[in-house]
Amino acid sequence: MKPDDFEYLARLLRRRSGIVLGQPRPAHIENRLAPVMRRFGFKDVGALVAELRHGRDALARAATEALTTNESSFFRDRAAFDLFRDRVLPAIVERRAGTKRLRLWCAACAAGQEAYSIAMMLDDLKLPQKGWSVDLIATDINSEMIARAEQGLYSHFEVQRGLPIRRLVDHFLQEGQNWRISEPLRRMVTFRPFNLLDSFGWLDDLDVVFCRNVLMYLDPKAKAGVLDKIAEVLVPDGYLLLGPVETPTGLSAAFAAVAGAPGLYSPRVDEGPALARVARR
Amino acid sequence: MKSCLVVDDSRVIRKVACRILSDLGFQTAEAEDGITALESCRAHMPEMILLDWSMPNMTGIEFLRALRRERAGEKPIVVFCTTENDTAHITEALSAGANEYIMKPFDREIIQAKLVEVGLA
Ligand SMILES: C[S@@+](CC[C@H](N)C(=O)[O-])C[C@H]1O[C@@H](n2cnc3c(N)ncnc32)[C@H](O)[C@@H]1O
Repeated sequence: MKPDDFEYLARLLRRRSGIVLGQPRPAHIENRLAPVMRRFGFKDVGALVAELRHGRDALARAATEALTTNESSFFRDRAAFDLFRDRVLPAIVERRAGTKRLRLWCAACAAGQEAYSIAMMLDDLKLPQKGWSVDLIATDINSEMIARAEQGLYSHFEVQRGLPIRRLVDHFLQEGQNWRISEPLRRMVTFRPFNLLDSFGWLDDLDVVFCRNVLMYLDPKAKAGVLDKIAEVLVPDGYLLLGPVETPTGLSAAFAAVAGAPGLYSPRVDEGPALARVARR
Repeated sequence: MKSCLVVDDSRVIRKVACRILSDLGFQTAEAEDGITALESCRAHMPEMILLDWSMPNMTGIEFLRALRRERAGEKPIVVFCTTENDTAHITEALSAGANEYIMKPFDREIIQAKLVEVGLA
């Protein structure tokens, strides 16, 4: 691949998704783009980039999606899910006992593992059976991942990383070598493709946002923008969960770390967008 | 050091599993069937047992039931590791007192993940 073409792809990816490409091996980029080249009929990356320079949106979108890293697993970073179960859920369930309404958003859900892990924990509490209305929204920029998440079909290897065997038996049905998420859990989650650089106008009143292991790929400006927008769609007493290497420190003043709970943040009510929200209520 | 007894009638599987486990800080021992495994447990009860299902002389489930009747036999964490990959087998193993279940083929990552599940990582 010509350095020029690499530069072009890196700029495209950053502009469209905020992702910083770093210094991957050219072969790695070519591998990722191979399905896009096949689908759109290009013989090499040079030809693909030449067409991209003409500004074909569908192609640019496909190339962007192909260059995302979609690594995930069920209950990834167990400590975060323990926090969710032991601190976040009890607190918000108590606060919402009057309305019996919960809204959660999984902001970069890859193939759905994180969203279904959340769904399993909600199912443990039997909230729907107790008359609660629970909205669990899960989004990702990668539309192929969203399609996979909706299918809820996971390989032998995927279900054996992070998923206790009890949960596999309770929440999945075997299909040959693969395992499919059970219909009740499937129905708990609404999946849709969504780019975190876009407007959050369609989201509001969220009690909990999982935005894990995605900010780490983004440039500082994109990180800050996403954090500020999350603060605007979160209720003032809501929670944000970030990945283990992610922090709002130095990027956004909208969040404060929850003491003794690494990775857990709450909106700072004394400033910024959160204050505006309180005033509006 | 944590100890693990690998019970499998395939020498290759025992080798692979033992290599992964010793890399992960386990002292390992091997047994090729349930009877040998029970003898090994009487001499030294391990913290964990990685257990195949179909083996000559005694199935994994029969071994597990016999183990749980031994002195201190309730202690080891038992993780099945088998090609019997259907819900019925898994459920049967869990009700017989297995702690976790690995479906073959497995790799290092799966073993590592299951060690986390049983609190031995
Ligand atoms: C490494 S995965 C993390 C998945 C999951 N949250 C977890 O922690 O396991 C990162 C995901 O972020 C998505 N992503 C990257 N940039 C994005 C953007 N600008 N908008 C939405 N999703 C994005 C990728 O498609 C990928 O699926």
